[in-house]
Amino acid sequence: MRSCKLTRRDFIKVSTLAGGGLLMGFPFTGLTKAQSDKADTAFQPNAWISIGTDDKVTLQVASAEMGQGILTGIAMILAEELDADWSRVKAEFAPADKAYYNPMFGRQATGGSTAVRAFWNPLRKAGAAAREMLLQAAADRWQVDPSDCRTEKSKVIHDDSGNQLAYGELVRAAATLPVPETVFLKEPDEFVLLGKPLPRLDTPLKVDGSAVFGMDVQLEGLLSASVARSPTIGGKVKSFDAKPVLAMPGVKAVKQISSGVAVIAEHYWAAKQGRDALQIEWDEGLNKGLDSARITAEFAKAIDSDGVVERDAGDIETALQGAAKTLEAVYTVPFQAHACMEPMNATADVRSGSCDLYLPTQNQTRSQAAAIQLTGLPEEKVKVHTTYLGGGFGRRGDDDFVKDAVECSMAVAKPVKVIWSREDDILYDKFRPATYNRLRGGVDADGRIVAWEHRIAGASIMGQKQRGLVPGKSDWSNTEGAKNIPYAIPNLQVRFAMYNPGIPVGFWRSVGSSQNAYITECFFDELASLAGQDPLQARLELMEGHPRHAGVLKLAAEKAGFGKKLTQGHAQGIAVAESFGSFVAQVAEVSIQRGRVRVHRVTCAVDCGMIVNPDTIHAQMESAIAFGLTSTLKSEITIKDGRTVQSNFDDFPLLHIDEMPEVDVHIMQSDEAPGGIGEPGVPPIAPAVANAVFALTGKPIRSIPIRHAG
Amino acid sequence: MVRLSINGVDRELDMDPATPLLWALRDGLRLTGTKYSCGIAQCGACLVLVDGKPVHSCTTPISSVMNRKITTIEGLSADRSHPVQQAWIEQEVPQCGYCHSGQILAAAALLEKHPQPSDTLIDEVMREVLCRCGTYPRIRKAIKRAAELAQSDKEA
Repeated sequence: MRSCKLTRRDFIKVSTLAGGGLLMGFPFTGLTKAQSDKADTAFQPNAWISIGTDDKVTLQVASAEMGQGILTGIAMILAEELDADWSRVKAEFAPADKAYYNPMFGRQATGGSTAVRAFWNPLRKAGAAAREMLLQAAADRWQVDPSDCRTEKSKVIHDDSGNQLAYGELVRAAATLPVPETVFLKEPDEFVLLGKPLPRLDTPLKVDGSAVFGMDVQLEGLLSASVARSPTIGGKVKSFDAKPVLAMPGVKAVKQISSGVAVIAEHYWAAKQGRDALQIEWDEGLNKGLDSARITAEFAKAIDSDGVVERDAGDIETALQGAAKTLEAVYTVPFQAHACMEPMNATADVRSGSCDLYLPTQNQTRSQAAAIQLTGLPEEKVKVHTTYLGGGFGRRGDDDFVKDAVECSMAVAKPVKVIWSREDDILYDKFRPATYNRLRGGVDADGRIVAWEHRIAGASIMGQKQRGLVPGKSDWSNTEGAKNIPYAIPNLQVRFAMYNPGIPVGFWRSVGSSQNAYITECFFDELASLAGQDPLQARLELMEGHPRHAGVLKLAAEKAGFGKKLTQGHAQGIAVAESFGSFVAQVAEVSIQRGRVRVHRVTCAVDCGMIVNPDTIHAQMESAIAFGLTSTLKSEITIKDGRTVQSNFDDFPLLHIDEMPEVDVHIMQSDEAPGGIGEPGVPPIAPAVANAVFALTGKPIRSIPIRHAG
Repeated sequence: MVRLSINGVDRELDMDPATPLLWALRDGLRLTGTKYSCGIAQCGACLVLVDGKPVHSCTTPISSVMNRKITTIEGLSADRSHPVQQAWIEQEVPQCGYCHSGQILAAAALLEKHPQPSDTLIDEVMREVLCRCGTYPRIRKAIKRAAELAQSDKEA
């Protein structure tokens, strides 16, 4: 074991947990004997853990479970250092509280594949501290040296005497002890849970319909609401006639709220019928007449503006002039919808003096803040109950659906569940930003890439409040995956010009890397082809100083047999990307059948540092490949006359099972700190597929989705 | 009053006969295992079995299923013991889990009709049910496994 002192910095972190914890009655600093005797749950050493006298260990998970397996992952980290009996561990979603802030965000939110990275150290220390208090309590009772005792499966064991005590028998005594100043963390070879493919805690609930998603929340007297929104994005209500709708069966109220007009009814179908019958006159607002062609034209103009230089090495113009061969290409990517299987929804119960929110949310803090602002209630009166999320992908970090529910509940002084229809969910999504990219590259006489210029013009998530061209303003999310390419190219410049067309945009699984990895890895293959080089060798030659990129690239290539002879009409493409602290390379094998790209097999190598649960890593790679194939081959969002054109799965098609390739996942063994896993599998899939199509046809794929090839 | 037979129990509902079965189940009977996702019979999240056959409950008015035997995910087994549920647990299929009531019922109906389905048939039938999380490779494996489990149940 490695001794790990709770330093002042840790103490601040831990005591922040404890500070929040104290508010919640979870003292970190130990209880007096009298308090301990009174406590129902005998031992709550911090906000994360409670242990009952019946040995049951209940862990609070601050992160949202949207499919990525974090409920199980976080519980494994805590249980490992606590030495808890895994078969008796229960994990719950934590309420909104400062105790549960994600240290990487400074708020309680799940995104950016941060959960394991952010909580790895604090939770291990929290688990270890609790374990040591239990161990001390046993040693005190036996009057032996604590260093002669050990813990295993929720028991303290003294080998010399053969004495054993279950945690449940020690909790009252442990609760009176001070929190240790030094804790001992396990070495990786001492792990009994971490690194093992443990079954997910939520699987049983997801095979019999009993998992409660936001959509499934039931409360006494709960009403349902459907909100009519402006057909033109950003439009406002001018007038409406509530009267005929109020006469419809089941309809209880028709109320104007910030996002449109809500029909509130006894059940959803009545609300939806009422909403469809509602006559509303709209003020179309600024987006009237806006369409995708005009947005692309504006991006194309913006690309010539100075923008912001995000990475700069050497002298790009001189290098291009001196290059043996040069290439210029324009790459475009469209808006994309999240299309979570569970459409946006939220339930709010606002009464005089209290507000309870039942939310499938990725952002408890933001949701709580929105409700505080709308209701004027103090923070402690606004409670967030997190449900399971039927997909998230970044969409559920927003608060638009939360505000709908709070406003509806306030309007009728009753609990209300607002359900967005599938059409609402797609039409009014916060899309993955569309961008326009101009790249110039040059290779020297030896075939080495010596010049690389990437100019990006596009919509910004962080800066979208300012409409149109926003000179001199940067957004990290637009250039991630572009400014950090791993290639040692002596003259390299990445520039971003912000142009916000007025279409709301948001975080979409793997964010900037989801598109920039496609653009950069495909342009790389174009340059390698120009130089007559093999795409794998060309990459490896420029990867000095990036061993983890090179490691996954070599592993994926080896496992896929990259470069081997394939079935006639098949070709392979390769791509690598680093995102969210993890490194992923993929090889896709494709063919073209009647003009359509068919992906037969994807070989995936991932280096995400230390492994929490290998089965989850496999699942997330499979998931990311399916998610990325939808946007590579099938889906896009376009705008016409200020409106979203697509609105359901008939015109925003998702990947079907018969389009799913075979997927082989290979995990690199690593002692590096854990990286993210929910998103990093997405970026390489589009370029791996597009590069395979390029290899097959000789025609580069400069825009996706690839609806037709060959 | 509309009378429905749900999971072997006769239920009465005071709802408009045009109400889709989905909303009758969810809001009328609080059986929330059946999920709403597209509302236009495109995704299969809302599948239920009507006389053993998969039906999109989102576009099926309750008036059309009176006197028919309706099975929802809650009624597939009392204890997750149906071979498809067992295989789903064994193969760790669900991620977000939202589509899996539909996936499991579609798979159960497939195996009822074709106890040993080919890979091609699995893909053909299961393409009706969308999964945004991409659990497709595990769905394929789990259906194969469920077929084995069902077979050994019969032999036992």
